[in-house]
Amino acid sequence: MKSLIAQSHSLSDPDVQLDIINNHNEKIKSLARFEQKLDEIDLFPLKPTGIEIFQINVGYMCNMTCKHCHVDAGPDRKEIMTRETLELCLDALNHEQITTVDLTGGAPEMNPHFRWFVDEVSKLGKHIIVRSNLTILDTRKFEDLPQFMADRGVEITCSLPFYSKRRTDTQRGEGTYDKSMKVLKILNEIGYGKDENLQLNLVYNPVGAFLPPDQESLQEDYKERLWNDHGIVFNELYTITNLPISRYLNFLLMSDNLEEYMEKLITSFNPGAAQGVMCRNTISIGWDGTLYDCDFNQMLKMQTNHGSPDHIKDWDLERLNNREIMVNQHCFGCTAGAGSSCGGAVT
Amino acid sequence: MISQLFLYHFDPLNFNRNRFSQSNLYHMEKTYYNPKDLKKFGNVSDFQKELGDKFFDYYNTVFADSALSAKEKSLIALAVAHAVQCPYCIDAYTEESLEKGFSEEQMMEAVHVATAIRGGASLVHGVQMMNKVDKLSM
Ligand code: SF4
Ligand code: SF4
Repeated sequence: MKSLIAQSHSLSDPDVQLDIINNHNEKIKSLARFEQKLDEIDLFPLKPTGIEIFQINVGYMCNMTCKHCHVDAGPDRKEIMTRETLELCLDALNHEQITTVDLTGGAPEMNPHFRWFVDEVSKLGKHIIVRSNLTILDTRKFEDLPQFMADRGVEITCSLPFYSKRRTDTQRGEGTYDKSMKVLKILNEIGYGKDENLQLNLVYNPVGAFLPPDQESLQEDYKERLWNDHGIVFNELYTITNLPISRYLNFLLMSDNLEEYMEKLITSFNPGAAQGVMCRNTISIGWDGTLYDCDFNQMLKMQTNHGSPDHIKDWDLERLNNREIMVNQHCFGCTAGAGSSCGGAVT
Repeated sequence: MISQLFLYHFDPLNFNRNRFSQSNLYHMEKTYYNPKDLKKFGNVSDFQKELGDKFFDYYNTVFADSALSAKEKSLIALAVAHAVQCPYCIDAYTEESLEKGFSEEQMMEAVHVATAIRGGASLVHGVQMMNKVDKLSM
C-alpha cells in the first residue's frame, strides 16, 4: 500500500482534511465546535500548563503502511530530520523543565542519526521514550537496537492494536502480529517489562470506527491473553482514540462512518479530559524543525501560532509556555470519553 | 458507570427535535427499520413520559456496574439481541461490545450461546412430541 501523498490523494492535503471534518455535510456543519465546547468550560483559549515533554517526529518514513496512520507514513515517505535540526533540538531541550524526550515517526529508528541522538539525550539525563512499531526491530539492520536502548534505559512504547492476530493484522498488515510477538519476547528476554528501569508499554487503538474500551479493564485482558498465549509481559497499556485525520479519515469516509464518528466524539466530550489534553504539557517538533502543539496538528500543518515561535531555531521556552494552542474539530478525539493522549486515557 | 450506550442514544437533552420536523411528520419511512431511528428511542417518552422515564431509568440502572460488570452485561445484551432479533439492539450492542474490548471470537460465541438456547428450546420440545407419540402408539 502507498501513502496518500504518493497516491496524490486529495486527503493528503491538510486543508481538504480540515474542510471535511468541518463542512462535509449539513449534519457535520451543525455539530458543536471544539472552541465553543472549551469556552463553555472556561478553557478557551487553550493554554499550556508548561512544556515537560519534547516530542520529536524524526521522520515520516516507516517500514509499514497501517490503514489508520495519522502520519500517512510509509516506505515512500522521505521526510527525515537532519542532524543539524536534531542539534537544534538538543540545545532547546537542555532545560530542567523538560523531563522527557519522546521520539516518534514514522519509525523513529529509521532516522540515520537515531543512535547518536539517543546517546546525546541520555547524556543530558532526560527520560527517553521511543515509539516503536515493533516490526522494525525484527529486521537485520535494527535487530541490535533493543539492547542498545536497554543499555540507555530507553522506555519503549509500542503499538499493538489488539491482543488478537485477526484485528492486529487487519490494521497493520498481514504478519504484523506474529512479528510483534517475536519482538516482544526478545524485549522481555533482555529485561523489558520485567526490570523496573526498562519500561515496556503497549498502545491499543480501535481497529474501526468506535471508541477505545476502559483502559484498566483492557489492560487486564491484554496481560492475561499475552501471558497465557505467548508468555509475554509488559508494564502499561495505553488506550488511544483514533483522530479523524489522514488515513483514518479516509477510512471513515470510505466506510460511510464519518458523520456518526464525529457525532460520537462530540457527544462524548468530557470536560475532565479536556483539562488533561497532552498539548498542555507537550511540544511537537516536525522533521524540518517546525513547532506544533501536537503530532496531530503537525500532520494538519497547524503550526504553533498566535505570535509564539514556530521553528526550533527560534526556540523560546517562556513564550512557548504561554502560547495559545491551535485547535480544530479533530481535537474532539482527545476529549471523548476517558480522553486520549500519547500516554493513553487522561482521566 | 451508567450505560453510556443508551444514555448517548436517548439523552433527551441531545434529542434534536428537528428530526420530527416537517418532512418526517408528513412522510413516514418506506421501510419498517431505519438505523437512524435508534437515536430517537428516547422520544418514546413524548407520548407517555412517566412510563418512558421509568423505563429508561430502570434500563440505565440495569446496565450499570454492579454484581455483574457493565462489560459483562454488554455481551449478555448482544446475545439476547440476537435471540430477540432486534436490529437496533444488534447495532447498538455490537458497537458497545467492541468498545468494551471484546474480540470478534467472543462476540460470535455469545451469538452461538443465544443460538444454542433457541435451538435447544425447540429441540427439547421434541420430548413432548415423543411423549405424545408414546401415548398414542400401541
Ligand atoms: S501507524 Fe506507525 S507503524 Fe503504522 S504506518 Fe504509521 S507510523 Fe508506521
Ligand atoms: S489534537 Fe492536539 S491540539 Fe487538539 S486537543 Fe489533541 S493534543 Fe491538543
